Amino acid sequence: MTTEAATALERDFARCALRLGDDALVLAQRLCTWITRAPTLEEDLALSNIALDLVGHARALLSLSGRLDGTGRTEDELAQLRDGREFRNTLLAELPNGDFAVTIARQLAFSHYARLHYADLAGCAEPELAALAGRAAREVDYHRLHADGWTVRLGLGTEESRRRMQDGLDLVWPYTAELFAADEAVARLDAAGAGPAPARVLERWRRATAETVSRAGLRLPEPGWSADGGREGLHSEEFGALLAEMQSTYRQYPGGAW
Amino acid sequence: MTGAKQATHDPPPGGTTGAERDEADLLTRFEALLAAGESVEPHDWVPDGYRRMLVRQIAQHAHSEIIGMQPEGAWLTRAPTLYRKAVLLAKVQDEAGHGLYLYSAAETLGVDRADLLDALHRGRQHSSAAFDHPALTWADTGAIAWLTDGAAVVNQAPLCRTSYGPYARAMRRVCQEEGFHVQQGYDQLLALSRGTPEQKRMAQDAVDRWWLPAVALMFGPPDTGGAAAGVGAATSRQAMAWGVKRHTNDELRQRFVDLCVPQARELGLTLPDPAIRWNPERGHHDFGPVDWACYRRALPGDSHCARRRIAHRAAAHREGAWVREAAEAYARRSPEAAGEPAA
Repeated sequence: MTTEAATALERDFARCALRLGDDALVLAQRLCTWITRAPTLEEDLALSNIALDLVGHARALLSLSGRLDGTGRTEDELAQLRDGREFRNTLLAELPNGDFAVTIARQLAFSHYARLHYADLAGCAEPELAALAGRAAREVDYHRLHADGWTVRLGLGTEESRRRMQDGLDLVWPYTAELFAADEAVARLDAAGAGPAPARVLERWRRATAETVSRAGLRLPEPGWSADGGREGLHSEEFGALLAEMQSTYRQYPGGAW
Repeated sequence: MTGAKQATHDPPPGGTTGAERDEADLLTRFEALLAAGESVEPHDWVPDGYRRMLVRQIAQHAHSEIIGMQPEGAWLTRAPTLYRKAVLLAKVQDEAGHGLYLYSAAETLGVDRADLLDALHRGRQHSSAAFDHPALTWADTGAIAWLTDGAAVVNQAPLCRTSYGPYARAMRRVCQEEGFHVQQGYDQLLALSRGTPEQKRMAQDAVDRWWLPAVALMFGPPDTGGAAAGVGAATSRQAMAWGVKRHTNDELRQRFVDLCVPQARELGLTLPDPAIRWNPERGHHDFGPVDWACYRRALPGDSHCARRRIAHRAAAHREGAWVREAAEAYARRSPEAAGEPAA
């Protein structure tokens, strides 16, 4: 496709893929810092496996976005050369890891959302996005099992783990609303029947996460204040440090071959 | 240990005790098993020395896998491309898996993973000192994979036929995966070597720093060649008699050097040993003597970097205690949870 040939529909799908790709990339980056620091070797393995899946999703989604938006930017140009204001990930994805319970709460919210939304997108009008959404939906279902298992284990484990898991949910949940918010591109795709908006899975996500949380003997915080801004490039201060670290090697060797 | 328990009987009046006779029978059977080249299994009686040697070796190997995750893990967040990030993640993940296979193999000898980790954290057991060097640049992750993992493959390939069955089976899986790591490390260094002059300098610097740790520390002290061999030779002889080891440290070290020299040439990088040259009489590459004194000063595990590695590991273990306690409490309360996925 040439630059001129990028149609309005393609540009909207490019923005849709960028949002998804940025969430996957930034969450993977956060999970990477757990590795060698997890509570058990099994968790070092599980979290690196999840991060590896997410990097795979990010690579496919960013490449697709760069092709569809007509700029021809590669996955690495998008990951390593954009400034923070150009990233479209949610604040949820960039939330600092906190303790293991905060990370599990973040995984619980994200993996349930991703499983449902990717399954929906598997039927979208962009064939490459549809194919990779179908694959990603199957992979994040394992992430969901992992998060469900630990939410219940920590909720019903010891007094301390119950308290920490509840604190994790209380901290993370106000950041979940942004996952379901649409921008203009997503709204247009949804209205045209080309690609379903994430809001379409909101009710199913609520029921599924509430079921796990209730099985864990915990409660979800009352709806109230919620965070947003990430999708418009208004990130946290910590996000600058995350990007500086992620992009440092690539930017240090301009014109390098890797 | 179980061997001692099995041999305990009331001593008969005078002469050789029943226990001694039983032990002699068991030892004969054990030696016959080794002589027949059959694999020793967890239910077989083994001499205490054999068990101690294996526990020590397998634990050191398992510890090296999980400590070895640190220098590479430190670069996961800074990998220059998403492809390299994925490759490095897969490698670090493999190493956690190798740690798990090996701790499980050690557990068949009657020890507990928690106790082995505790011994590592308290400095009673050690990982390979090869990893007690800092990974200073991105190229270090390539040099570690090419050289340190490359040395591991040379060391470990014969262990796929080691006499203790659970260890041999773990090593077959480990070796298969390590082979990929070496190729990935080589591929990564090749890209840097063919990149910008700055990238090539970074690659050369990393090879300069990781060569000697691989040659010296991945193979252990010299164990052939008369007086210089010292204690290493006696240990190696016993390990070879029991079929735990199949080759001397020095044989394996030579094999590694012979493999690396042509690869370095293809990479366009030099190995930091001016004494390396082909010796047609021996059919091997000569190489410079290892300055063991510089390592003895740092052994066992006592350098700035070694201390940081253990402190990192011990802190993670301490901070995760509440999670492990929760998982145990949950499993006690819900016996059906044992079969649940996702742990």
